[in-house]
Amino acid sequence: MTEGEPLIRWDWIADHLDEFAFRLVEHVELTVIAVGVGFVIAFGLSLVVLRVPRAEAPITWVTGTLYTIPSLALFALLIPYTGLTILTAEIGLVSYTLLILIRNIVRGIRGVPADVREAAVGMGYAPREILWRIEVPLALAVIIAGVRLATISTIGLVTVSSLIGQGGFGFLILDGIQRLFTTELIAGAVLSVALAIAADALLVLLQRRLTPWTRSA
Amino acid sequence: MEFRNVSKSYPGQLAVDQLSFTVPAGRICVLVGPSGSGKTTSLKMVNRLIEPGSGSILIDGQDVLREDPTALRRRIGYVIQQVGLFPHQTIAENVGTVPRLLGWQKERIATRTRELLALVGLEPSRFARRYPAQLSGGERQRVGVARALAAEPPVMLMDEPFGAVDPIVRERLQNEFLRIQRDQGTTVLFVTHDIDEAIKLGDRVAVMRSGKLVQFATPGELLARPANDFVAEFVGSDRGLKRLGLLTVGGAELDTTVDRKSAPPNAPVLSPAMTLRDALARMLVDEAQVGVVVDRDRYLGVLTLSTIGRMIRDDR
Repeated sequence: MTEGEPLIRWDWIADHLDEFAFRLVEHVELTVIAVGVGFVIAFGLSLVVLRVPRAEAPITWVTGTLYTIPSLALFALLIPYTGLTILTAEIGLVSYTLLILIRNIVRGIRGVPADVREAAVGMGYAPREILWRIEVPLALAVIIAGVRLATISTIGLVTVSSLIGQGGFGFLILDGIQRLFTTELIAGAVLSVALAIAADALLVLLQRRLTPWTRSA
Repeated sequence: MEFRNVSKSYPGQLAVDQLSFTVPAGRICVLVGPSGSGKTTSLKMVNRLIEPGSGSILIDGQDVLREDPTALRRRIGYVIQQVGLFPHQTIAENVGTVPRLLGWQKERIATRTRELLALVGLEPSRFARRYPAQLSGGERQRVGVARALAAEPPVMLMDEPFGAVDPIVRERLQNEFLRIQRDQGTTVLFVTHDIDEAIKLGDRVAVMRSGKLVQFATPGELLARPANDFVAEFVGSDRGLKRLGLLTVGGAELDTTVDRKSAPPNAPVLSPAMTLRDALARMLVDEAQVGVVVDRDRYLGVLTLSTIGRMIRDDR
């Protein structure tokens, strides 16, 4: 910190609203791609786990191992192959969503009561209709809870990807540290936290909207 | 509906052994027996939730094994004890399930849904938009029956449908079910472990034990002539009394030699539609040896305790 400099320079903030907007878009983009792609992969793997119980242990092992690799280490390992690109960032971010998403999708679908499933089969739902019309809707609350966790942790990890030239609000944090400029650093940190809280609130609203029956007992 | 030599075995165990019987169209056949007797397995083979090991099951002369299971199930109503309503769908959507699967027009489904809710005694305007979690156990079970009837299936399978509700509600649901079944003319295969329920609802009762059919008879025959000690014990030592519950005063032999004025003053007045069991109860309460049978002011004769006693013993 430079001598005599205030902790936060509001005039700098007022001058950089465009920059914040750009970083917001970047942050949201990185997050949405990661959670979106992660969800598609996780959903597919979840179906495999549900159909082939023997696949559960290896899939859990692989996604669990990915989850334990420190993010910076994972980015560093990928750089020789994919460089300082968005692809590198996304490979890392997607890997981290898988464990949480698969766990919740599988748990949600397994949590569908046996009598409900039996009634559905007995009344002539085809297997695919049971998945989409009965199991997924009933698992939705648990699935969205997983998406919330994955989204929040991804928003946090995106800031780390600033070290490989991506990063959204993470760029502000990194730049602030490098320049010993607290205003920028704090702005980056506060905005990432605010984004995480906002995204979580949005997903809670979405879940209430999509599962009206859970409010009516 | 016909079972022809149907068997099903699981590793180390024969669940259903050479089961053969026929349920006449429009009638209720009750499969009854202790747990593990194979009754639910037998029921689930009809809509192929369990595939028969051998033998054939025919509906309207057609082998269910030749049909696509999904199409077959849409033609068969299915009610289970836990009801299995879809928690995420409204009552109306639940009832409209099979019509929706069959691709009915929206208005037709809506009309049919209202009709069915009214049929099972649930005011459509009050219940249609609620979710299952907002209903009582008895109400949920009614919805389960309505849902099974939605596409007017010629055949219904019911697996202990009234087992999870309290006795008063069960009795009411049983009576309503009988009324609806007579009204719709549905052929029903009904599983229960409760012999009283079997006798009350069944046009035919199939008693099962260890996967075998022990006796297939009308409730009256079953009570009058149990095929063996197992059936006798299963129907209970009060089977004579139970049998009186199936017979009416009008069907009993009345003594017409006694005129009404000479009947004892404590004799209760009975109607021909009353069951002999109720008549007996009235006579016991009034400490009377006879009851006066009157059909809308017309005196028919007296019913004596000894006639009732004879009918308990009667093996006809």
